[in-house]
Amino acid sequence: MRITLWGTRGSLPSPGPDTVRYGGNTSCVEVRGEDRTLLILDAGTGIRRLGTALEPGAARVDILLTHLHMDHILGLGFFGPLERSDLEVHIWGPSSTTLDLETRLTRYLAPPLFPVRLYDLPCHLTFHDVPLGDFAIGGFQITAALVCHPGPTVGYRIADEGGVMAYIPDHEPALGVRHLPVPSDWTSGFDLASRADLLIHDAQYGAAEYLQHVGWGHSAITHAIALATAARVKRLIAFHHDPNRSDRALDRLIAGSRGASPLPFSFGAGKEGMRFHLGRPQRA
Amino acid sequence: MPQKPIELILIRQLAGYLSIPIFVVDAEGTLLFYNEPAELLLGRRFDEAGEMKLEVWSTVFLQKDEHGAALPAEALPLFVALRQRRPAHRIIQVTGLDGASKMIEVMAFPVEGQSGQHLGAVAAFWSPEGV
Repeated sequence: MRITLWGTRGSLPSPGPDTVRYGGNTSCVEVRGEDRTLLILDAGTGIRRLGTALEPGAARVDILLTHLHMDHILGLGFFGPLERSDLEVHIWGPSSTTLDLETRLTRYLAPPLFPVRLYDLPCHLTFHDVPLGDFAIGGFQITAALVCHPGPTVGYRIADEGGVMAYIPDHEPALGVRHLPVPSDWTSGFDLASRADLLIHDAQYGAAEYLQHVGWGHSAITHAIALATAARVKRLIAFHHDPNRSDRALDRLIAGSRGASPLPFSFGAGKEGMRFHLGRPQRA
Repeated sequence: MPQKPIELILIRQLAGYLSIPIFVVDAEGTLLFYNEPAELLLGRRFDEAGEMKLEVWSTVFLQKDEHGAALPAEALPLFVALRQRRPAHRIIQVTGLDGASKMIEVMAFPVEGQSGQHLGAVAAFWSPEGV
């Protein structure tokens, strides 16, 4: 599979000279299968540029939302391909205990908060309450599981023959835990991340900042590293950067989190435009 | 060991901060956790007792009704919450693993998850002697 980051910022779009390198768009990740299946993880503002890059011949897009906080759906109405009448768009995301995804999502994507109703757009739109467990889209085997974050929120584990990625952009596994890691069976997100080739994970705060934001639903970068270590992932990409974090401050956060001994996985901060390929190495 | 459902993880985390004794079982009735205040009532640290099947914990912790008559497992509030998926309350006598008997009030409720999944049950204990 091929993975492209289109938005890596958390909470609020933060364009400007201080965020040019890592980007200011909110969560959006493209996952492309070898069979051309296209998954879009979250519909933050990064989805607008993804929409402009989508090939005209694409017949189906599956948008997998982790949850409905605004930074993860803000771009949905600006995803240009929704205006294509020949495109099937499937939107997957968590229901609540009383409302289905469609009802929850269209509360925002309707007047007075948004000028157009989703159903007024020309594309063929289908909503799916994401099943908690395993399901398949194209050549991908997908697992959705609830994770620790305010409101119904899932993380995704996506596998194909080439490898496994896990996407947990909003996650507070340290909530109520005195020291991470705790035993794996009591760690939120562990099964999703277990032995993944690539883990894209919330790392919004520094350790000291986290203490001022306990219960807000996010991780300190040290928590992301602890989970990645326990889950034995091959690569960790810090994600959902704080909107107030400049590029230089993010460089310092990453550098300062590495510790004295080498990490047992590859580690870096997600940047808009960053690409990954999970699979057999290709011939030149 | 597979990861527990997030609802049970959050209940355990909450229980770890409460001074009310809390006892958590999964959908099969397996004891997953009890907190430190419950350790005082049950006479053994959870780390030493570990997870237990329903058939084990329902007999290991000797339980009688408030008049001292033996109670079958089916009459325990936690069992009712688990099997009938409804809250239950009762005053019982429990003899912990330290051999001490105490009269306690038990309130139990089922844990129904996000998708309506039956995930287990929780019991909270009150002791007239304090917790």
